[in-house]
Amino acid sequence: MQNWTEVGPVESVPQKGSRVMTTPDGDVAIFRTSSDEVFALFDQCPHKKGPLSQGIVYDKRVACPLHNWVIALSSGEATGPDEGCTRSFATKVEDGMIYISL
Amino acid sequence: MKEKLVLIGNGMAGVRTLEELLKLAPEKYDITVFGDEPYGNYNRIMLSPVLAGDKTIDQIMINDRQWYIDNGITLHAGKKITHINRVRRQVETAEGEVFEYDRLLLATGSRPFMLPLPGRDLPGVISFRDIADVDTMLETAKSYKKAVVIGGGLLGLEAANGLMIQGMEVTVVHIADVLMNQQLDKPASDLMLNELQAKGLKFLMSHETAAIEGKKRVEKIVFKNGTEIDTDLVVMAVGIRPNIELAQSAGIHCERGIVVDDTMQTFDPKVYAVGECVQHRGATFGLVAPLFEQAKVCANHLAQMGIARYVSSITSTKLKVTGIDLFSAGNFIGDESTEDLVFKDAARHVYKKLVIQDDKLIGAVLYGDTVDGAWYFQLMRDGTDVSSIRENMLFGQHHIGDSGHGATNSVDGLPDDAEICGCNGVCKGDIVKAISKHSLFTLDEVKAHTKASASCGSCTGLVEQLLASTLGSDFNDTPSKKAMCGCTSMSHGEVKNAIKDQGLKTISDLMVALDWKNADGCHSCRPALNYYLLSTWPDYQDDPQSRFINERVHANIQKDGTYSVVPRIWGGVTNANELRAIADISDKYNVPTVKITGGQRIDLLGVKKDDLPKMWADLSEAGFVSGHAYGKSLRTVKTCVGSEWCRFGTQDSTGLGIKVEKMTWGSWTPHKFKIAVSGCPRNCAEATIKDFGIVCVDSGYELHVGGNGGIKVRATDFLCKVVTEEEAMEYCAAFMQLYREDAHYLERTAPWIERVGLKSVQAKVVEDHENRKVLAQRFYESQERSQDDPWAEHAAKQRENYIPIKQVG
Repeated sequence: MQNWTEVGPVESVPQKGSRVMTTPDGDVAIFRTSSDEVFALFDQCPHKKGPLSQGIVYDKRVACPLHNWVIALSSGEATGPDEGCTRSFATKVEDGMIYISL
Repeated sequence: MKEKLVLIGNGMAGVRTLEELLKLAPEKYDITVFGDEPYGNYNRIMLSPVLAGDKTIDQIMINDRQWYIDNGITLHAGKKITHINRVRRQVETAEGEVFEYDRLLLATGSRPFMLPLPGRDLPGVISFRDIADVDTMLETAKSYKKAVVIGGGLLGLEAANGLMIQGMEVTVVHIADVLMNQQLDKPASDLMLNELQAKGLKFLMSHETAAIEGKKRVEKIVFKNGTEIDTDLVVMAVGIRPNIELAQSAGIHCERGIVVDDTMQTFDPKVYAVGECVQHRGATFGLVAPLFEQAKVCANHLAQMGIARYVSSITSTKLKVTGIDLFSAGNFIGDESTEDLVFKDAARHVYKKLVIQDDKLIGAVLYGDTVDGAWYFQLMRDGTDVSSIRENMLFGQHHIGDSGHGATNSVDGLPDDAEICGCNGVCKGDIVKAISKHSLFTLDEVKAHTKASASCGSCTGLVEQLLASTLGSDFNDTPSKKAMCGCTSMSHGEVKNAIKDQGLKTISDLMVALDWKNADGCHSCRPALNYYLLSTWPDYQDDPQSRFINERVHANIQKDGTYSVVPRIWGGVTNANELRAIADISDKYNVPTVKITGGQRIDLLGVKKDDLPKMWADLSEAGFVSGHAYGKSLRTVKTCVGSEWCRFGTQDSTGLGIKVEKMTWGSWTPHKFKIAVSGCPRNCAEATIKDFGIVCVDSGYELHVGGNGGIKVRATDFLCKVVTEEEAMEYCAAFMQLYREDAHYLERTAPWIERVGLKSVQAKVVEDHENRKVLAQRFYESQERSQDDPWAEHAAKQRENYIPIKQVG
């Protein structure tokens, strides 16, 4: 059984943007794409731990603000020739409210 | 059902088109490929290194058979198409098999031209075109001694070199008295001839072959002047002819090649053609770079995006023939309307010739020292006015322009462990290995795989040189224009024009109108587009999500995810009250590091994102505004104390610096913009390495532009001298506005001025008084909307964006 935690309304995350959720295990970045899909990744780039929540979001990807590694929002995997992966979390949206399974 | 695309010709141009097409529309077509040769797709340019024993066939394969399988492409290697039925849209093989198509792509390439000489069918007479020819040469070299190469062009010399390395005694026969007469003039050819002779090649210049003789196989060649020479092998390398027979027999309009329009479409709209078989606006092609551009355009139309046009441009040849460096481009012979600049040092085997017409560079031949080839080529393509650099340009870019990389000029001599990219620690060996291993062709591919030149970009020239020397031969993938990013084929200039011409007002409108490949763009084009829209339309609504984090939150992100905060200190002049306020705020927010910056400001490092708005509110209250230390914008105006205190000062440099900073702060620019004002020619404010520098003198103000410290120090160019402060400020506003409107995003003033030429800047800002006033006026108007302090605004209205959406546990 998945344990869903309420995060906040979808509108509180900007489109093509992100907000951070703090947890005892570190920050989690909540992303919202231009088509209003919501994803969640551990807020550390696999490269040098850059805060992915601060990157530029396009399609279902985010470019890390430190060295422009491009991370897939769905899997947390680095794209292209770069190799690395960050933890991803299941999310769902119900009645405009984001839930995450930590 | 998918449409059927048939490609005839499994060579570089055709397969490159497929690769481009798969990127754009991977699911559109069922693709079938026919190739004469029983291999996958290989790099024909690399046959010379195979002959010379430097590479094996496996090493020059671009796409092996697995690639075709992986991409769902049916490959018929070794099957020859002999007939096209355009009415039924079918192609037929020699064996009578019939295949249907909806679109047909012809990439039949070219074949070597064989002189119609008696004896040309004798065994031992071959061309130099494919793997089979190379095999024949290698085989012959094992059991025979003497070889003759007919044709002293690029291909002929490479063949001769390879055969010599295989142990044969080689004579090159050439009809003219200039080797490589498509690329060289007589003096350059003479230098090369000497060097090649010293290596052991023999030459018969101005010799025309009359006949090839022999009983069972070739034995000798007879010349028109009556002399003859014994030989066991004849390689004909006298030129290529487009393969047009198949197209011709199908009734497709051909002249010297298959005639195509700017969309690479032939006379039959269902049939496209690319590569060496085509004729475009009267020209045929033999180098790789134009073929790759054609492939891009053709793929765009096959994918029915319908926006690309092929425009043939000047091509350059930078080649390494048997270890000899030469570069040539454009019209290097010249005529009565042109002027030559010539440098010759026979002892060093160096020769350079530049051809100039109407103050523009139109052609170049370099022999022995080709380091500046890429730079000359750039000047030619940009049509830069070279009159101001004319007296030194022959000696190379490092005598004039300095916006590139400094110390290292040639990569060929460097050891494998030499660091090329200092930002990412990438060595020469890593780059060369990646190029060969992953078959990389372009700078972008090298960037993606190795990270070399992916950060500050100062080693870009070196990486390009490595690409050229690793791929060797006549490879030069310098596109005539540089696409903005992978999302479009349009250049920065084209996008900027489209914004104005088509009245595009938002990023999403622009991406739709200009057929952006990714609906959201990417991290590289979005900030550029946001800037272009913002600098074009006064009422543009800024898109924070298209800004890099530093500009989005008005602070510089640090390696640990904290930020640095730099309040503006006008002209670098502060007082005890301001310093006290900064000290108190530093205490309040536990700022771990307080640092004086190079631009005479105070940097508060290690601030948490949540604290930013609170800290800004406190700074606002103490009278500070944002210092824009994070932005592509006016950074600082650095000053010395000037006439107010200094015994040498000639004018009030601090006062003027403060006025200039009050005028320019808050403006967005293509890249960061720094200003300095020095009170006398001792120049303590270092104004001559700033984007705009003012040096006060007793009689007025000297204005300097286009300098920077940083990666490669570049001293400013002298713009002009003015008499009053008001003039100095007006020129400053006009220069900044011209830069804002004209430069590409992320292009600093130094490379911008080197691209457009100082003369053109002077013409618009200094000589044309009316234009200067108009430019300055536009700057003032734009500033009326730009000088609201973003810190005060964010602290008051946008605090939500700086705090977590939720806290758990």
